[in-house]
Amino acid sequence: MSVTVERVKEHAKIKKRPRKWSKLRSQKALMVMSIPFLVYVIIFAYVPLYGWMMAFQNYKLGSVMLENEWVGLANFKELFQDENFIRVIRNTLAMSFINLVFGFVSSIGLALMLNEVRKVMFKRVVQTVSYLPHFLSWVVAANLIMNVLSIDGAVNKLLVSLHIIKEPIMWLSEQHYFWWIIGASNVWKEIGWSAIIYLAAMTTIDPSLYEAASIDGAGRFRKIRHITLPGIRGIIVILLIMNIGHILDAGFEQQYLLQTPMVVDYSETIDIFVLKYGINLSRFSFATAAGIFKTVISVVLLLAANRMAKRMGQERLF
Amino acid sequence: MTTTTFGRPKRSAADLLFDICNTVFLLVLLVLTLYPVLNTLAVSFNQAQDTVRDSTFLWPREFTTLNYSTLFQDGLIYHAFFISVARTLLGTVSSVFCTAMLAYTLSRKEYVLRGPISFIFIFTMYFSGGLIPTYMLIKNLHLYGTFWVYVIPGLIGAFNLIVMRSFMEGLPESLVESAQIDGATHFSIFLRIILPLSLPVIATIALFVAVGQWNSWFDTFLYNSSNINLSTLQYELMKKLQSANMSVGGTAESAFASSKNIQANIVTPASIRAAITVVATVPIIVVYPFLQKYFVTGLTLGGVKE
Repeated sequence: MSVTVERVKEHAKIKKRPRKWSKLRSQKALMVMSIPFLVYVIIFAYVPLYGWMMAFQNYKLGSVMLENEWVGLANFKELFQDENFIRVIRNTLAMSFINLVFGFVSSIGLALMLNEVRKVMFKRVVQTVSYLPHFLSWVVAANLIMNVLSIDGAVNKLLVSLHIIKEPIMWLSEQHYFWWIIGASNVWKEIGWSAIIYLAAMTTIDPSLYEAASIDGAGRFRKIRHITLPGIRGIIVILLIMNIGHILDAGFEQQYLLQTPMVVDYSETIDIFVLKYGINLSRFSFATAAGIFKTVISVVLLLAANRMAKRMGQERLF
Repeated sequence: MTTTTFGRPKRSAADLLFDICNTVFLLVLLVLTLYPVLNTLAVSFNQAQDTVRDSTFLWPREFTTLNYSTLFQDGLIYHAFFISVARTLLGTVSSVFCTAMLAYTLSRKEYVLRGPISFIFIFTMYFSGGLIPTYMLIKNLHLYGTFWVYVIPGLIGAFNLIVMRSFMEGLPESLVESAQIDGATHFSIFLRIILPLSLPVIATIALFVAVGQWNSWFDTFLYNSSNINLSTLQYELMKKLQSANMSVGGTAESAFASSKNIQANIVTPASIRAAITVVATVPIIVVYPFLQKYFVTGLTLGGVKE
């Protein structure tokens, strides 16, 4: 082993000079191509982290960062005593949880159903349509949803004609419906997209398992329960863990766009809170503290999720 | 149960029932997904006063293009449409080119800064400064109120970078080596060899960046809401939505109140909103077949990391 190393070294020595030169030149060229972007990312991603200091100060607009009065954890203390903040945490967690449950059940259900379709054409059509909403912006989606939920919209018409409700409901003005409307909107937008990954996992299941089960007289439901579901269990667990890491990301756009003045007590998430206090009310230090709270908890959860996934023998996640 | 005669197995009754139920479920899902889109499309082409009577239909009852002509008579919407197109084109081209160039350098095994730069970018996927510090930064850099705020802050995404780097690492090493022996510089190797060979991954990322650019409204809202010349289509639509939401349960929507056609009740804010929604959706539908072709690649590449 060491003999070969020596030889390689000697070999390198002979050619040392010209190679070193070209190497250096090559490194220089690579640096010219990459260092501007290093500067870019430091400015746009790391300088804002420096701005976190605001949270420990009483920041005044237009002042120099380090010259402001230091207040320690006062902003955080105020945050946790703020009724509004407690409320937005409740809303965030509630909507996250609803999204998580609805999202998982619906997309796994769709994948199972699609997997049972035998006609390739039909399967393709359903799939193509089902992930279209994923690519629409939330502004467009919110407009579509609002039309459907309007007082003379399709949802009211349908429910009235089925005698489930007596009179049309103003869905978006009732605060107790808001979380569920967000949950349903998310399902509508993401069901097809989320199902793709399960469908991909299903294609890796050995077809001979199904054949063997058929010979043993298993029906379709039993095959789903004992072959398909166990076959995708790994990916379900991984995605579940990953999603728990994102529990404070209940979303921002859909709530902000669909909320009406009547439902703000139930619609505002942490992100909306930060926007409202920071940009609208110019309470920069206070809003930054709320933002830091969210980021720190999220990172801890994400790292824990990664570790958990790793321990379960899976590859590291983002 | 399935008795195999020659060829395909016969289906039992239970099997058939299962298939029927499954198909019905999926058809219902199809309708639920498409109804809101088709309904809005129909409303946008329907006579506004007729829509007021009953808005649940899938085909225009009284066909008109008046909603659209009113919409495009409004100079603001017209202008916003072009700003949206401009930011999508410029934002996508610059982002893809810069990401690819950086990814190339990071895919070179001999590059001494390969590790550190990769780490610095990956770190940004976990930590971000958040809304307020970023807002301050944009103000301090004098990007606030400019067109460049649409292009520069999102120039390189860490995720896209890693995806591209992984793809380039998979290309044969000998290509670069032989070009180097011929005396080619890294930049020309990147431009002439690596870039053309990376077309599949570039197409995927370009499509996703373009959709993101076209769909975004929040940066306009945050940095250009006072600068009407740089308003985008999505932001204009968002404003209409907001004024409609504010007036839920109240009186008439105030948007477009100044328009002659509104005053004459020929079009309504709702019908205008439907028309903008359609205009904002059409480009997505146009690139949708391409998206479909590439996004499976994108998803599988997404599984590749570091």
